[in-house]
Amino acid sequence: MILSHPQTTLEPRAKRRSALKSALKVMKYGFFDLLRSRWIIIYTLFFLAVTSGLLYFGGDANQAVLSTLNLVLLVVPLISLVLGLSYYYYTRDFVELILTQPIGRSSVFLGHFSGLALPLVAAFLLGSGLPFLLAGVRQGADWRVIASLMVAGTLVSLIFSALAFWIGLLNEERVKALGIALGVWLGMTMIYDGLLLLFSILMQAYPIERSLIILSLFNPIDLSRILVLLQLDTAALMGYTGAVFQRYFGSNLGILASLGSLLIWTGLPVYLGLRSFKRKNF
Amino acid sequence: MVSLKQVSKTFGNLEVLKGISARFEVGKITAVIGPNASGKTTLMKSILGLVLTDDGQILVNGESAFQNPVSRAQIGYMPQKAQFPDNLKPIELLNWVQDLRDEKSPRLHALIDYFQLGPQLDKPLRVLSGGTRQKVSAVLTFLFDPPVLILDEPSAGLDPLASSRLKDKILEEKRRGKVIILTSHVMSELEELADEVLFLLEGHIVFQGTLAEIRERTGEQKLERAIAKLMEGRAL
Amino acid sequence: MKRLVGILLVLGTALLGTTWVYGQSTLEVCPTCSLTSLKTAIAQANPHDKILVNGGSYTEGTILVDKPLTLEGLNQPILDGEGKVEILTITASDVTVRGFTFQNAGISHTADQAALKTLEVENCLIENNTFLNNFFAIYLGKTKHCQVLHNTVKAHATSESFSGNAVHLWDCSEIVVKDNYLSGQRDGVYLEFVKDSLIENNISEANLRYGLHFMYSNNNIFRNNRFRANGAGVAVMYSKNIEMTQNHFEDNWGSAIYGLLLKEINDSRLYNNVFHDNSVGIYVDGANRTDISFNDFSHNGYALRILSSSMGVTIAHNNFYGNSFDVTTNANRSYNAFLENYWEAYQGYDLNHDGFGDVPYRPVRLFALTVENYPQTMILMRSPLEQFMDYAERILPIFTPKAIEDDRPLMRRVLW
Repeated sequence: MILSHPQTTLEPRAKRRSALKSALKVMKYGFFDLLRSRWIIIYTLFFLAVTSGLLYFGGDANQAVLSTLNLVLLVVPLISLVLGLSYYYYTRDFVELILTQPIGRSSVFLGHFSGLALPLVAAFLLGSGLPFLLAGVRQGADWRVIASLMVAGTLVSLIFSALAFWIGLLNEERVKALGIALGVWLGMTMIYDGLLLLFSILMQAYPIERSLIILSLFNPIDLSRILVLLQLDTAALMGYTGAVFQRYFGSNLGILASLGSLLIWTGLPVYLGLRSFKRKNF
Repeated sequence: MVSLKQVSKTFGNLEVLKGISARFEVGKITAVIGPNASGKTTLMKSILGLVLTDDGQILVNGESAFQNPVSRAQIGYMPQKAQFPDNLKPIELLNWVQDLRDEKSPRLHALIDYFQLGPQLDKPLRVLSGGTRQKVSAVLTFLFDPPVLILDEPSAGLDPLASSRLKDKILEEKRRGKVIILTSHVMSELEELADEVLFLLEGHIVFQGTLAEIRERTGEQKLERAIAKLMEGRAL
Repeated sequence: MKRLVGILLVLGTALLGTTWVYGQSTLEVCPTCSLTSLKTAIAQANPHDKILVNGGSYTEGTILVDKPLTLEGLNQPILDGEGKVEILTITASDVTVRGFTFQNAGISHTADQAALKTLEVENCLIENNTFLNNFFAIYLGKTKHCQVLHNTVKAHATSESFSGNAVHLWDCSEIVVKDNYLSGQRDGVYLEFVKDSLIENNISEANLRYGLHFMYSNNNIFRNNRFRANGAGVAVMYSKNIEMTQNHFEDNWGSAIYGLLLKEINDSRLYNNVFHDNSVGIYVDGANRTDISFNDFSHNGYALRILSSSMGVTIAHNNFYGNSFDVTTNANRSYNAFLENYWEAYQGYDLNHDGFGDVPYRPVRLFALTVENYPQTMILMRSPLEQFMDYAERILPIFTPKAIEDDRPLMRRVLW
């Protein structure tokens, strides 16, 4: 049984404001610390180099979008997980130090997480967005496609760095955590789709389009891919296979569903991480 | 004043604190001692709110320590081995913590001078030695002049000069009426600092009293031998 | 050769028809002239006279041209069908119509009412006219040696059954359709039983059904036309000896919509065409002895879909890049040849620097094959899994048909 804990004297609104202020201060630290670390710079330069290369050698903005989409689907989750985990373990003791200061745990967690996630997002947006911006002006790119790619990359960064935090919080051992993270990565990028493929082949005789669409909602990688494809003419191809696909991929329904699910997906690991963090013994 | 009432904590199947009640008084230095895994660190972390207790109540100057940031405004904590972000410099760290607490400390420069940190203030923490980091940690601990100080092996890693300065500082704070809780493996340090010893064994407080009382109870004049005897459970 | 002679004849006669005629006189029609009606003018005119019609609106029901005349509009006079009738019916040879705006030819479900129709005539010239909101616009029936030049056709058809074609040729020969803009009708250019004709430099876009649609029309040339964003793309069927060169097929998306559908097309040649941004670049359903060479296939869903009903089709020296699927088929066997094409997706090497890849390329990818058999797997398009599958298949080809293989894939794009 927990005995009653005296209430603080602050008004609720003032309390909320000071909680937000503290979170921002925690974030500010993480942000600048990470910006100074070489990994985030390497990550940014990697994206700058690859995207510029794709645009320069591929020549065509839409082709480059598809190649960058591959990066968003494979590299961004992997880097977000690995960088997220190493950042989590690397700052674990320091977080302990912050927790000895008079700041609530929610503020610490949200600030700490934003301190990782925002540089990751910034690195992605800068690294892959800038070349598109520069090339797009020249090539008359389709801004909707590029915007969807940027949204997908941002949300994937957020989702997988939040997952990394959550995995870290649940595992004291970092090697085990890394193993779990790689499993999650492989599962979401490959194995899940492999199971969808198997499902499609086994259930060939049945009308499974609706089930496939619903199943795709459970994987943020599939959702991101579909979100970007829906902005391309390729979406029309996906619609040919039947009336259900036609309705889903041929209208705004698909965009709304995939974007909405992605946003829920973003909130979920952050919430789970926050819950674990608040219950954790340091 | 810090008080614990029937505090318990279990990690998985392991019961670490088994209904602990204790009081830490103003103007007194209490050393928490006991064998490894006796619950020392858990006890201190519970007071800090780092460990969330299952049961019981911890009050720090009347504020509950459970999920209550306000209680931590009362505490200065010096961990055994301070970990700081590599890329920050000591001065940035100290300023950042002040910014975080929204509180400017008038003691900052005096403390930096006292611990002779001046020349290291502008080097990234990652290039600083363990001892220098401990000094930074000490500055941070005393920075906001908190009424309660929790010091985990405070002099570990410090050179003799810094170590003696730190001890002087602790005694000075005691005289200024602080509640001071510390752990130490260094017997001379205990002799020098502790007014009272709180002895933990398997999650229970088995002894709380002055150093003189330990010697009396165990019949050993040497503190180290007296404590060893307590650990073996022979003098209970 | 025969075709070329035909075209020269057409051009020649057109020239003669406008300048050479002896004893020609001119009648003028305008709202304030003594002649205010085109019908009356035609009735009064002698053969080979010229009728000059001034700007203004003329609503005279169906106007019949039954003698060789030149009708010329000044300041775009409007001939209005009021949504009820056919506007101009030409039943005489050697008629020229130029400079008019035809509008609102009536919709009919029993007759092919057109803004301008010729029936069983020769040597006509229809040029520089504008056609707005007509059922059929230009309709040539059983006509020979006729030219349709520099006309603009616009309509806003919303339903196929309430719309006719922009240029409709039925049972014609030696026709030239050139430099026209055709939009918003049912089909842009429609040919049925047409031979020895040339369709050149036209833009046909945003038509409800096909940009170009022909059947049973042999020995025709389609050159340098642009077909874009038509409801169902372009469909050509049941014809032979067709030459399609330098045409653009663009922006045709949707199921059963093709950049170009070839159905039962024999002994034909497709050179230097561009297929860009279509759901299917070319859908080949039963073509024989046809040469598809030096074409560009870019950014299509399927660049080339070739069904097993095709034989002896040669696909050589084409460029394939930026397509979701380069080649798909419904069979394991193939009696067609893929030769020396440029495949952007080819990852082989060229050690002896002869410009050709040293390893053959199989353009049918494993994922394409999977989608072919299990269409729902399309939902995995562009997924990492798709790439993994294709990569594995490239290293160890098991599933993809060996019959469709380019033994000498080009390392660089073909320039033409």
